[in-house]
Amino acid sequence: MSSAQKKPVTAPAAHINRITQCFERLRAQGRKALIPFITAGDPNPELTVPLMHAMVQAGADVIELGVPFSDPMADGPVIQRASERALKFHVSLRQVLGMVRDFRAQDTRTPVVLMGYLNPVEVMGYEHFARAAQEAGVDGVLTVDMPPEEAAPLVAALRAHGIAPIFLLAPTSTAERIAKAGALAQGYLYYVSLKGVTGAATLDVADVGRKLKDIRALTPLPLGVGFGIKDAQAAARIAQLADAVIAGSALVQKIEQLADAPDKIIPEICTLLSQIRHAMDGVTATTVQ
Amino acid sequence: MSALASSVLPDANGHFGPYGGRFVAETLMQPLEELRLAYERYKHDPEFIAEFEHDLKHYVGRPSPLYFAARWNRQLGGAKIYLKREDLNHTGAHKVNNTIGQALLAKRMGKTRIIAETGAGQHGVATATVAARLGLTCVVYMGSEDIKRQALNVYRMKLLGASVVPVESGSKTLKDALNEAMRDWVTNVDNTFYIIGTVAGPHPYPMLVRDFQCVIGREARAQILEQEGRLPDALIACVGGGSNAIGLFHPFLDDASVKLYGVEAAGEGLNTGHHAATLCKGRPGVLHGNRTYLIEDDDGQIIETHSISAGLDYPGVGPEHAWLKDSGRANYVAVTDDEALKAFHDLTRIEGIMPALESSHALAYAAKLAPAMQQDQIIIVNLSGRGDKDIHTVAAREGIKV
Repeated sequence: MSSAQKKPVTAPAAHINRITQCFERLRAQGRKALIPFITAGDPNPELTVPLMHAMVQAGADVIELGVPFSDPMADGPVIQRASERALKFHVSLRQVLGMVRDFRAQDTRTPVVLMGYLNPVEVMGYEHFARAAQEAGVDGVLTVDMPPEEAAPLVAALRAHGIAPIFLLAPTSTAERIAKAGALAQGYLYYVSLKGVTGAATLDVADVGRKLKDIRALTPLPLGVGFGIKDAQAAARIAQLADAVIAGSALVQKIEQLADAPDKIIPEICTLLSQIRHAMDGVTATTVQ
Repeated sequence: MSALASSVLPDANGHFGPYGGRFVAETLMQPLEELRLAYERYKHDPEFIAEFEHDLKHYVGRPSPLYFAARWNRQLGGAKIYLKREDLNHTGAHKVNNTIGQALLAKRMGKTRIIAETGAGQHGVATATVAARLGLTCVVYMGSEDIKRQALNVYRMKLLGASVVPVESGSKTLKDALNEAMRDWVTNVDNTFYIIGTVAGPHPYPMLVRDFQCVIGREARAQILEQEGRLPDALIACVGGGSNAIGLFHPFLDDASVKLYGVEAAGEGLNTGHHAATLCKGRPGVLHGNRTYLIEDDDGQIIETHSISAGLDYPGVGPEHAWLKDSGRANYVAVTDDEALKAFHDLTRIEGIMPALESSHALAYAAKLAPAMQQDQIIIVNLSGRGDKDIHTVAAREGIKV
């Protein structure tokens, strides 16, 4: 846990590069980024901001905050149920932006990336959303159902407000599509390590390694790997290959198990994250020059 | 004749004006592109077209008749009403036109497993049917609420050898079944072909489903020219996702004198909040892979819809309909559950034809429109499906236990 003692050092104006700064800092330290994903408002809206702070204490470098959506087509049942729990409290995009603003009151250094679906952003309007997100202190936006082909207007709005557009890459992405995503993205690229939805079963590390090599030949952006990373051991193996390890369903599953005992959520999530952090640092310290 | 040639729209990226497109997670982009390329190749392939047309004729029973509803016409007065009898197709609805086409594509693409989503069960049955005939594994996703409402079709699918997977997430209806089918596809994309049942979803689905369904309008156009020696004045079809409507409308799009009416489900009334009238009451957004009109709240969350007809109970609509609405080429109206039920009974008693509750919406609007038109004018209504599947719904509504 001590590895992540963070003091607020950056002025708000520097928020443009919070993600880039984070990856540069880690690179200098020979470490990899740990990016936990939680759904905002799960299991209740009051827990989200304290949980974000606690995850930073437990070693998170970037936080991906899921924006609840009624029809999360690309997610598995675990994250869909998280959305449903949050939607019971009517946690939607506006409320999520409020949570980021609250988080920023105490933490001006940890990047926050919103991850969700396009429709809530469409309804708010791209320009309005980008401005509101910047004001709240959002650093990146990953819209899972918006591929590069459809992204130009939103990317323009996000960039104009200093927010990094982040894109997914998949095992099925061709070189042409990797280049396209790489040209539009800022911050990092999110490699979906297996075919399927979030929380799916198996992860072939050798496969991931080969694909990351192909991707690196086409883009200089840092590469995060998510989907299928269930424990510290898997995270450690991925940390040897990627710039960032993204842990989502494993955390959300833990939250679900403890939904009726919310007092236990923060300590248990922190324990899990700390294990992942230590496993990652253990291997990267020896493999990164 | 190249039977499947499509018009200028959609553009290369699947856009109908601002609508349509391809809004899916990255993993599906390549499979969708492969599907598009396969379709672009086979839609001009004489062998593919010949096989499609052969199956439509000998397996589906096409061409379906264009029937003049003379007795109903006399009772209503006004314009002559012709019914395009898609209810007489094998499996009892227009859905099979599309599943035949997509299954032929699946076979040529070397896929061994078919998946589909279904609401009322008609598309699920049509998919299970073609899968049985081609010896392909078939998995149908269906909301658990719909499974309760449509027990007969669930059993039909099982008899045909399909696995019916209940979907317990969200509102447990069609939209959730679609989410689940997409998840299956993303996971099993190597051997699996996803047969979407309507003109919605990511490109190329709205285009290819339309092209397969256009046989309805092409036949109707030739039949009315033969029977009346002229084009109709109006076409009427119900719109849930909109596949039977686009199939009828599309071959008439360039005939400016032919008015097009898409009829949505007003449920308990357009101002009650309990309806499925996406084009009448919704607004543009992005869901299920395309930009189109949606029924949603102020936060962009999709709202549960209501219709007595499970096949119209969907919070989105095909993107080409969104475009036809905005461009003014087609008119979109809505009729209530009660109006549709009246049309169901009227057609059954007056013409001896029991229409599906979906199609009853189109008939109900015809009953409003015809009396306001001249006697020498002509309406074609798409009778998209037969009503046997709805008998339990109608009986329950009237307090009768079957």
